[in-house]
Amino acid sequence: MKHHRIVGVAATLTAVALTAACSGGGGGGGGDDAASATGPITVWLSNNEQEVAWGKDVVEAWNADHPDEKVTAQEIPAGSSSEEAITAAITAGTAPCLVYNISSAAVPGWVRQGGLVNLSELEDGASYIEDRVGDGAQTYLTDDGYYQLPWKSNPVMVMYNKAVFEKAGIDPENPDMATYDDFLAGARKIVDSGAADSAIWPSPTNEFFQPWFDFYPLYLAESGGTPLVEDGAATFDDENGTAVADFWATIYSEGLAPKEASTDDAMSAGTTAMQLAGPWAIASYADSVDVGFMPVPTSSGEADPVTFADSKNVSMFTACENQGTAWEFLKFSTSEENDGALLEATGQMPLRTDLATTYADYFADNPAYEVFADQRTGDVPSIPNSVEAWQAFRDAYSSAVIFGTTSVEEFLSGAAEKIDGLVQG
Amino acid sequence: MSTSATTTPSGTARRRWWGRQPIGSLLALPYVVFVVAVFAYPLGFAVWIAFHDYFFTAPGVEVPKPFVGLDNFAAVLTDPQVLDAFRNIGVFLVINVPLTVVLSMVLATALDRGVRWAAAYRVAFYVPYLTASVSLVGVWLLLFSSRGLVNTVLGPLAPDPSWLVSSSLAMPTIALYVTWKQLGFYILLYLAALQNVPRELHESAETDGANAWQRFWAVTVPGVRTTTVLVLVLAIITGANLFTEPYLLTNGGGPDGASVTPVLLIYQRGIQQQNPDTAAAIGLLLVVVVGLLSLAANRITRER
Repeated sequence: MKHHRIVGVAATLTAVALTAACSGGGGGGGGDDAASATGPITVWLSNNEQEVAWGKDVVEAWNADHPDEKVTAQEIPAGSSSEEAITAAITAGTAPCLVYNISSAAVPGWVRQGGLVNLSELEDGASYIEDRVGDGAQTYLTDDGYYQLPWKSNPVMVMYNKAVFEKAGIDPENPDMATYDDFLAGARKIVDSGAADSAIWPSPTNEFFQPWFDFYPLYLAESGGTPLVEDGAATFDDENGTAVADFWATIYSEGLAPKEASTDDAMSAGTTAMQLAGPWAIASYADSVDVGFMPVPTSSGEADPVTFADSKNVSMFTACENQGTAWEFLKFSTSEENDGALLEATGQMPLRTDLATTYADYFADNPAYEVFADQRTGDVPSIPNSVEAWQAFRDAYSSAVIFGTTSVEEFLSGAAEKIDGLVQG
Repeated sequence: MSTSATTTPSGTARRRWWGRQPIGSLLALPYVVFVVAVFAYPLGFAVWIAFHDYFFTAPGVEVPKPFVGLDNFAAVLTDPQVLDAFRNIGVFLVINVPLTVVLSMVLATALDRGVRWAAAYRVAFYVPYLTASVSLVGVWLLLFSSRGLVNTVLGPLAPDPSWLVSSSLAMPTIALYVTWKQLGFYILLYLAALQNVPRELHESAETDGANAWQRFWAVTVPGVRTTTVLVLVLAIITGANLFTEPYLLTNGGGPDGASVTPVLLIYQRGIQQQNPDTAAAIGLLLVVVVGLLSLAANRITRER
C-alpha cells in the first residue's frame, strides 16, 4: 500500500513537472517591442583580465551619460567553454543582451536555436558593420544576416623563443623558415642540437577548435585564404590540403612535435621552441621569454600569407528586453575611441578597415604589434552543423596526421565527404 | 474516551494521499521530489527526445520536432565512433571491476584483521576518493606523461608510445587510475560488511585446521556476498558513466579515440554539437547496457 502511495505522489509530481516544462516557453524572449525598447541591460565579457578591465571602463563611461539605460557587465559564467555557457543560457532564456566573446563557429547553431538577433534587420545594422569591417564583413554572414558584429582578431603567427633559436644555430632576427622545407630543416636543427625537446608544440588534443591552431592557419596561407568550406562544399581535399597535412604529418612522424598535451606552458618551460599564437602572446611572455614572430610557412615561402584571424565578435540575444539600448551600447563600445582603448589594453586587433592608420601612434609606440596589424586574415566559415563539421575534421586529422593510423589521402577525402554531408544537411 | 471506527470522507482522502503516518510521508517528500526532478523527469524526457528530431531552442521559439521512430538509434548503432566508445568502456570495465572487487575485499580484510597502522592506511585509501578528480588527474599526468616520473624510473623499459598516447595502454591506464581513486569507498563498504561476519566461524574453521587462505575463501567471501553484489553493481554503473578521466587525462578521448566513452560522446553530441536527439539515443543504449550488466552481476553472485 505504502509503495502505491509513493508511486501516486511521484506520478503527480511528474505530471506537475511536465506541465510546468511544457508551459515554460516564452518566458525569456525579448518580444516584438524589444527591438526599440530602452532600459537597463546586462552584457557578458570574456574572463581575460585585460578585456574585463576595458569593459568596466567602457560601461562606466556609458553609465555616466545614460542613467536610465544602465549597463551591467559581468564575466561569462564558468563552464568548460564560453559556447556551452551561452548555449545553456539561450535554452533557459537567461542570455544577456550582448556577449563580447562570440566565436563564428558557434553562431549558426545559435541562430538555429533562435537565440540571436539579426543585426541586419536593425535600421543601420548592416551599414554600421560593413562600414566598420569593409568587404571582409561578408565572411560573418549567416543565412544572409549579420548575427554577429565582427569585433577583434588575434591573427595567428609562428611565435618562437629567440634564445632557443640562437642555441640551435638559427638567426633569431632572420630565421629564414618561410618554406616547408626550410621550416622542417630549422625544426630538425632545434631538436638535434638539444636546444629544446621539441621544435613546435601545437595542442594534439581532440577538441573541435584545435584545427584553428595547427592545420587551418597553414591551409589559409597555402590556399590564399580559401575557407574550409565554400559554396556548400569542403575545399581542403586538394593539393593545398595535402601539402599542409603532409607538412604536419612529417613534423609528428619525425618527433619534432609531441603527441601528448604539455603538462605546463611549454614555451615558458623551454621544452619547445615555437607555438602558433596571436598578439595576446606578446604581453603574456613579456616577463618570461624573449619571443619573436614570423608568418606561418607555406610550400613556396610566401612573404605575406593569409592566416587565421581567430576573431571574437559580439552578438545580441533574443532574450534581451531592451534591444534599443543594447544596439546603441554596442555601437558605443565599438567606436573608434573604444576600439583604440581595447587595442591599448589588450593588444588585440579591432576588426576595422583602417586599423593601421587610425591607430598609427599606437603601432609606432608598440612596433611588436605592427606585424599583426599587417596580416591578411581569413576566418572560420559560417556553415550549418559547424561544430560537428570541425569535430569530424579533427577526428580524422588526429588519426592520419598526429597518430599516423590512417593515410593523409584517407583523412582528406573521408573528412571532406563527411563535412559535405553535414553542411548540405 | 474511545476511538471511533468511522472516518470522515476528508479523513479517508487524506489517508489515501498521506498514509497512516503523514509525518513520515512528509519527511520522505523532499527525496521523492528530488528523484522526480533529477532522475524521473529527465529520463522520461530523454526517452521522448531520443524518438524525435529534437534540438534545444530559445524559449518561445516554436520549431517542428517530428517523431522519427528508431532513426536516432539506427544512426548511433551504425556510427563506428559510438561502437568504439562502447568497446572502450568494455575494456575499462573488464579491468576496473574485477580489480576493484578483489583489491577492496582483500585490503578491507587485512585492515579488519588489525594490521599495524590500520587507521593510517584507512585514511590513505580514502583520501583519493575524497579528492577532486581534477587535481588527482594533474598528478597522474605528471607521473605518466612521456617525460614523467614513471617513465624516468623505467628508463629503457618505458613504453613507446607512452602510457597516455598509446592506443593500447591509454584505457588500461585510466582503468588503473579509477580503481585506485575509488578503492577507499569500496573498502569502507567491505569493512562494514566484515563486522557482520561472525568471529566464531573463523575460529571454528581455524580449529578445523583451515589456513588463512581457506578461511578467507570459505568464510569471508561468502560472508560478504551481498556487499560484493553491491560493489559489482556500483563499479559497473560508475565505470560505464566514465567521463572526467578521458576528458582530462587523455584530453577528450585520445589518443586517436582510444579512450572515447559513451558519456564523452553524449557530451560532444548533445552539448557541444547541439544534437540532443542522438545524444539521448546513446544515453538510452547505455542505460540498457548498464542495466543488463548489473542484472548479470546480480545473478552470477546470487547465493545458490
